[in-house]
Parts: sequence; structure tokens; C-alpha cells
Amino acid sequence: MADTPLGFAGREAKAEDRVTVGRILSDGLKNVVASVQEYALLAGQAMRAVVTPPYYTQDILAQMDNIGAGSLPIILLCGFFIGAVMVLQTGSQFTRFGQSSLTGDVVALALVRELGPTLCGLLVTGRCATGIASELGSMLVTEQVDAMRAMGTDPIRKLVAPRTIATLLTLPLLVAILDFMGLMGGCVVSVFSLRLSAIEFWRRAIDALAFSDLMQGFSKAVAFAFILATVGCYKGLTVRGGTQGVGRATTQAAVLSSVIIIASDTFLSKLSLFLADKLF
Amino acid sequence: MNLAATSVSASRPVIQFDNVRIGFAEGDILRGVSFGVQERETLVLLGETGAGKTLSLKLAAGLLRPSQGSVEVLGKPISTMEEDDLLDFRRHIGFVFQEGALFDSMTVGDNVAYRLYEDGVTEAEVETRVLEALRFVELEHTVDLVPSELSGGMRRRVAIARALVNQPPIVMYDSPTAGLDPITSQTIITMILRLRDVYGVTSMLATQRLQDGFALANFRFDPQTRKVVHSVSNGNAAAGAKMAATRFLVLREGHVYFEGGQQELSASNDAYLKRFLV
Repeated sequence: MADTPLGFAGREAKAEDRVTVGRILSDGLKNVVASVQEYALLAGQAMRAVVTPPYYTQDILAQMDNIGAGSLPIILLCGFFIGAVMVLQTGSQFTRFGQSSLTGDVVALALVRELGPTLCGLLVTGRCATGIASELGSMLVTEQVDAMRAMGTDPIRKLVAPRTIATLLTLPLLVAILDFMGLMGGCVVSVFSLRLSAIEFWRRAIDALAFSDLMQGFSKAVAFAFILATVGCYKGLTVRGGTQGVGRATTQAAVLSSVIIIASDTFLSKLSLFLADKLF
Repeated sequence: MNLAATSVSASRPVIQFDNVRIGFAEGDILRGVSFGVQERETLVLLGETGAGKTLSLKLAAGLLRPSQGSVEVLGKPISTMEEDDLLDFRRHIGFVFQEGALFDSMTVGDNVAYRLYEDGVTEAEVETRVLEALRFVELEHTVDLVPSELSGGMRRRVAIARALVNQPPIVMYDSPTAGLDPITSQTIITMILRLRDVYGVTSMLATQRLQDGFALANFRFDPQTRKVVHSVSNGNAAAGAKMAATRFLVLREGHVYFEGGQQELSASNDAYLKRFLV
């Protein structure tokens, strides 16, 4: 029974813990390890849902429309100007040595192997991973995810898998479109700024590319697609703190996905170059 | 609409909590709670904010696992079942969330039909059953609207329709009248009475409004007149037995503080319980 003067029943006061630097660091480390573990579990469940039925086909198609078709405008625009800038910067250097004709080779290799998949991954992260995190986070805080589970639906299959499958299918296509638009932009700048022949530019760009270059680029696209989709879903499904938490999760999804994409690019590049030597 | 009764024997509770403990980073919320809910019975959960009412409902639906103890529903140990098995099992349970938890990107019709689509029911049957469920909650005309176009009370009623569309034997209500005006609250309680008395569902209802619990204990839905009437057994043991029982469970500081019928609750001299009766 309550024995406070006003008769309010309260809870037993918790003993205050001493705050030390060591405790803060250890708590922080524990949180990071726990987060990595949770993400790994979700990524594993997402992989299982991607390769085993049942599939929510309508949801996959809707997500492909949102992630793939919806990202086209930004990919078209950014791809064009990325290629244009690359030709401007590299062309000015090659002109000093009288080798401006090499511009097409370099831009094609850089775009297809590296800049295309990475920049596409970052652009789609900014547009879609944040959207995924905020949508799922909003569903979580309004108990829609619990409602789904209460009605016998696995949220991983219904929410995570369609987004992951859609991103895996559409990001490589977006990378291809960005690469092409980049070469288009580069060609335009080559013709009007470097006074190169358009036919010469395209011939050198295509001749410079080998099958291994395409495999490098598109294999990175697949890896980045998985990263941005699962990070967005993870952040959305682990929201804490109501609508403020949704905002935080959205920002964290963008930051975390971008950092992981760039960091993994280093290792994937090394791996791709090694495999390119061995296999192709 | 024909809701199948459970096949659990009369002596065995449909829902059984045994020494259930659950907590979060802030500490344990439930600290060894034990109770049972019999078939066709309504258990009204009362308590302060944070007492564990919603947690109890979610434990009973298998949405959460206790850190200690066990939860059995329809004879199944749901506290130890794998999530894949629980997904299938939850088709026996309807859950009405506090704010409705309707899917805001879908229409009312699609919300109510959600579980039917998951079960692979044909389009023709889906339409029939959805309209039947919406007719039960008197919202047939909203089938093409989206949740943002509905009032709070209408969203709760759609949530009830969604919970009962696949005819579950057990329904959980999480504060179904919270934040609603008295008239709308009465409408919601009438729906709950209809579900209980016409279709014989077993239910747990978490609420902070004692009058909701008393309404369930003192009134019943008469299918002949289709009206809510005062439930009087007039000492008729057979009639009294047929009436669905309503019991009250008060949670306080993680424990069961009171468990019993309306008369026991009303007659209690306990100072804490009296504050609920004010």
C-alpha cells in the first residue's frame, strides 16, 4: 500500500550507479557489439527470406518501382554530371602530356570499376535507405509491425525481404545506367571542351573495358544493394523513442550505410582485383 | 459468422500464466505473475500506467517472451515456441491494439482482409467476409476509405473487425476505449459484448477505465432483441452458468494485487483498490 504523504503509489527508487569513463566506454562497446550481433541476425534472416519462399511478389514489384524507377531521375542527372566532371579534371591533366585521347579510357575504367557502383550506392542510400528506415520505424512505433506479427505474418518476409530483393535486382541496373550516363556526360564535355571526336571517345572507352571490369563493378553493386537495404531495415526495425527515434534512425541509416559502403569498397576492390587476375 | 469455441477441457484454463517474469533495461515489470482465463471468460486487467497490462496481453499473444515462467494458450506452451510456429498459432488470436494499429497505406477493406489474403482465401470469399466483419462493427460504408480518413473511434472499430474476421476463439483488447468520448466508448463496449455473448470468445481486456470492466460484468448482449441488457441471472444457476464470466485482475508493482469478480472488487476495503472505484 502507498505510504507517501499524498498516498501516491510509486516505484522503489533505483540506486544511482557511479558514472565513470571506464563504464561509459564499456557500455558503449557493449552497445556496438550488441548492434553488430542484431544486424548480423537480421541480415541472416533477410538472406534466408530472399532465397526461400514464400515471396510477397506484389510487394517486391512495388519496391522495385519505388527503389529502381523512383531513383532514375537522380541517377540520370548525377551520372551525366559525374562523367562530365571526370573528363574535365582528367582531360586537363592528359592535355599537358598531349594524351587527351586517353581520357575516354580512364573515365570508362574509373566509372565502371569504381565510381559508378560507389556513387550509385551512396545516392540510392540517401534516397532509399532513409526512406526504408523511416517507413519501417513509423510502422514500429505505431505498433503496425506488432499487428503484422499478431496476424501471423513474418515481418522479415513481408517488409525486409521485398526491399532487399528489389534493391538487389535494381541497383545493378541503376549502376549500368549511371555508367552509361557518365560516359554520355564525359563524351559531351570531350567534344565541346577537349575537342575530341565523339566516335573516338566512345571507341576508346569501350575498348578499354574488359569483362573483369564489368564484373568488378556489378559485383560491388550487388554487395552495396544488400548493405543499404539491410541497414535501412535494421535501423527502422530497431527504433526506440517514438517519432524522435524515427528521425534519428533515418539519419543513422544514411550515415551507417554510406560508411559501410565506402569501407567495404576498399576490401571489395582488393578482392575483385585479385579474382580478376585469377579468373579472367 | 461462426466463431469456433475452443476445444480445451472445462477445467483447464484457455490462457495460463505461471510465475511469469519480464522486464527491460529499467527493471522487471512483471515479477512472478500467475493467473488463468477460462473458456468464454473475460479477464479485465487493471493497474496503473506501467503496471504491465499491455505486456500481459502481448505475452499471451506470444509477441513477447517472459524471462522466467511459462505462458500456455489453448494448451500450447507459447513462451517456448519458435517464432515460425508462433506465426501460425497466432491465427487463433485476435488482437485489438490501443490505437488500432491499422496499416495506414491500405484501405479499410484491405486492412480487414489482410489476414484472409495471408491465408490464401479467394477474392469472392474475402469480399463477403470483410463486409460481414465491417457490418458487425457498423462500418460497412468505410470499406474504401484509408485510416487517416477515420476518427479514433472508427479506427478502433475497424481494428475489432480486423481482429475477428478470421473467427478467432481468443481476442485481446489493449485499452480499446482509451482517449475516446463516453458515447464512442459505449459503442466499443457494445461490440465487445456482442463478440463475447453471441460468439463466445475468450478475452483479456486491459483498461484503465473501471467502468468498462463493470459494463462487461453487469451487461450482456441479447441476440433476440439485438440490444445490450442488464445481465441478471435471478438466482437461476443454469442461466448464471451460461452467462460469460467477467473477472478482474489488478496488477501492482509486478504482482497480482487482486483477482476476483466484480462484487468482490466493489466490496473490498483495500485502500488501493478503493482508488480504482472512485
